[in-house]
Amino acid sequence: MTTILEIDTVTKRFGGLTAVDNVSLSIEPGGIVGLIGPNGAGKTTLFSLISGFERPSLGRIIFRGDDISDLAPDRRAALGIARTFQIVQPFARLSVAENITVGAHLRHRSRAEAIAKAREISARLGLCAMIDKPASSLTVAGRKRLELARALATEPVLLLLDEVLAGLNPSEMRDILPVIRTIREGGVTVIMVEHVMQAVMNLCERVIVLNQGRLIADGSPREVTRDRRVVEAYLGQGAAARLEAEHA
Amino acid sequence: MSAPRAFAPILMILALGAALPFVTSSNIILNGMVTTLIVALAGYGWNLLGGYGGQFSFGHAAFFGTGAYACALLQQRCGVNAWVAFASAITIGGGVGFIIGYLSFRSGLRGSYFALVTLAFAEVFRIVVNASSFFNGAAGVLLELDARPGNFQFASRAAYYEVALGLVGVALLSTRALERSRLGAYLVAVRENENAAKALGVDTLKTKLQAISLSAAFTAAAGAFYVQYFLFINPELGFGASISIEALLAPIIGGLGTAFGPLVGAVALHELGELTQWLLGSLPGADMALFGVFLVLIIAFARGGILGLLSRLGRGVHGMAGEVMP
Amino acid sequence: MLAPDILLAAVLNGLMTGAVYALVAVGLTLVYGVLHIINFAHGAILSAAMFAAYFASLAGVDPYIALIGLAPLFFAAGYAAQRLIISPASHGDDQNVLLVTLGLSIVIENVLLTAFHSDTRSIDVPYGFASVDLGFAFLPLPRVVAFAVACVVSAALWIGLHHTDTGKAIRAVAKERYGATLVGIDVAHVYAVTFGIGAACLAIAACLLLPSYYVNPRVGEAYVLVAFTVVVFGGMGSVPGALIGGLMIGVIESLTGLFFGESLGQLGIFVLFIVMLLLRPTGLFGARA
Repeated sequence: MTTILEIDTVTKRFGGLTAVDNVSLSIEPGGIVGLIGPNGAGKTTLFSLISGFERPSLGRIIFRGDDISDLAPDRRAALGIARTFQIVQPFARLSVAENITVGAHLRHRSRAEAIAKAREISARLGLCAMIDKPASSLTVAGRKRLELARALATEPVLLLLDEVLAGLNPSEMRDILPVIRTIREGGVTVIMVEHVMQAVMNLCERVIVLNQGRLIADGSPREVTRDRRVVEAYLGQGAAARLEAEHA
Repeated sequence: MSAPRAFAPILMILALGAALPFVTSSNIILNGMVTTLIVALAGYGWNLLGGYGGQFSFGHAAFFGTGAYACALLQQRCGVNAWVAFASAITIGGGVGFIIGYLSFRSGLRGSYFALVTLAFAEVFRIVVNASSFFNGAAGVLLELDARPGNFQFASRAAYYEVALGLVGVALLSTRALERSRLGAYLVAVRENENAAKALGVDTLKTKLQAISLSAAFTAAAGAFYVQYFLFINPELGFGASISIEALLAPIIGGLGTAFGPLVGAVALHELGELTQWLLGSLPGADMALFGVFLVLIIAFARGGILGLLSRLGRGVHGMAGEVMP
Repeated sequence: MLAPDILLAAVLNGLMTGAVYALVAVGLTLVYGVLHIINFAHGAILSAAMFAAYFASLAGVDPYIALIGLAPLFFAAGYAAQRLIISPASHGDDQNVLLVTLGLSIVIENVLLTAFHSDTRSIDVPYGFASVDLGFAFLPLPRVVAFAVACVVSAALWIGLHHTDTGKAIRAVAKERYGATLVGIDVAHVYAVTFGIGAACLAIAACLLLPSYYVNPRVGEAYVLVAFTVVVFGGMGSVPGALIGGLMIGVIESLTGLFFGESLGQLGIFVLFIVMLLLRPTGLFGARA
């Protein structure tokens, strides 16, 4: 078995709106996959379907060979799927260390071990200086790191990052890119929703493009950015032709 | 915090408390302390679910009354030994907590909805017990006086006081142990952000069910002890609104989600009650009215309760206050 | 089998009681719909209003006349309570509001208890035992009046919510608090007005109840648990839901009383309440609360 995650003809409807429309794709272990698309393309919904916060209306989600479509989010986390939230969700009144410890408890029942794990993770993410501060006192960049740290503390096999770079300034972004690379080097498969194209081009071996719930392109960053449908999805119909005319 | 630092202050305070009967033999003082400890114990139950888990119950009387009635009726109807009845009452209380929790949490009730449904359960229990001859209706249940330790009845108030203190000690130590366990970490995570907790692999339903069962068991213990002490229970005393209110006032006034909060709050409530009586004489309701004012003031100006205020004043008592919520 | 006219009389009686339940519930549901909080002081305010009506009547003012003065008075009190106590004390946190209104209810109820003790009192009005003859049944006059006034007040509230600026502002805040702020609506004012309307509804309900009911410091509690049921039944925040729910609960209570005896009438309501909360917390008519 070579795939870690398989999305098999998945559709998700909210009332009359089809947020994800008949999407199929499979992810091989060990890379960073970018998931891009214009606003409202269904990227976050797809993440929710993979992490279990939403159930598919049609289709199946297969993780390491098992159908997990009906499992609750916490069961999926136990199987090794971790996610961050686009709008960060810290445990506001808990300290940074306590936040990360909650994640670490998934694999370590003992408090001492969970705390040790949390310290190790916070060192990796450069959170050591603020470990005893309440999460509510962190800056945006700090909260994004915390979100990442907590997810990592669950020792995932598959990590879903939902716009971890949004809201960061260029220098904060430069700091966090290597962190994401190290996560991959540690053997974790990463899927990231990201609007910052520079980062996507930089990090991802493969990019998947969604538009209006449908999968419209799938390939290397280079292939995808040259795809007419992708250009039109972002810039409107006819844009690709105009661009080609300009370059000609 | 290391284990000695976490548990030593508790053991010290319990030891100090245990010495009280050697300092005073006043029955009035000891009686006041016993009732205070009963409220504290009920408050420890509430604090586990409300303080650590963030699920505010307005009907903990359901568990207090269950504990009291189960303990009394098992002895009176089934001839069970008082200690066995006491232990069974705690188990039954925990079971009732589990059932109410399962029904409410599985339906996704939280916030005001959860407060309402717990209130309604307590009311239903009160009406059913009041109307049913099996529970002796409005007349209540009277236990026969038979003061033998083997019968969980004591000739001296001092003995009752020591037992009550022991029960509160167990609650205090369990609370501190909970703070230092995975369940405690999960419970606080559920309080702060349920979705984030789920994403980190926390089974939120199971966590809340464990909390409400434990919570109900402690409050049931308070009810069962109440019946052993007063040898009497009726629907209003067991299931009425006032015990639900006192069970939540003690931890909120003392310090929500802290190990010492319910004890400090119960003592404060008791002293406040004494003070009102001394100032105004025994006017019905005057003490409760003042408690209500106190509750609003605490929410408005000192969300962390008395312990929160103290730890703000001087960081010195921090070890005692534990994790005070800002 | 019961004769159809007894059944019909029970249904009519239920509708009469239900109209007052509806009035109590409308205040509760309106506050929930706009502020998204349950006002746990609702019952205590009703008790206070009943005492006010009681003392007005001792002073020689008929409750139906007192209504004219008490409704604005309670509106003002409700407005002030929200603006000066509930809102500042709770710092915008819903869980705090829950506790603050609980605290208020403890204060009001126990101040009443301290001042007037737990004695149950009632008033004598000349029309107390008058009744309306429908041919097949007699309906007590005070309850018919209560039914009529409750219907008028609810209708007026409905019209006010839909056709006045304040009403539209209230509905706007209920739908989208942030958006309402952006278009210049004073949300704190709207909250307080809503709270005031809730209290005024209670004052009216109190004046309607007094001629045929009794008063003691905890009288409101019983009504409010019923009102909670009505609100949950009709859908949290839905005014028409509260009206229909109130009438239905009145009928259900009357019929349970008829078939199973008085004391179980209340129990039926609570069981219904719990089942509703557990199975369908958004109510029969409610959208997502």
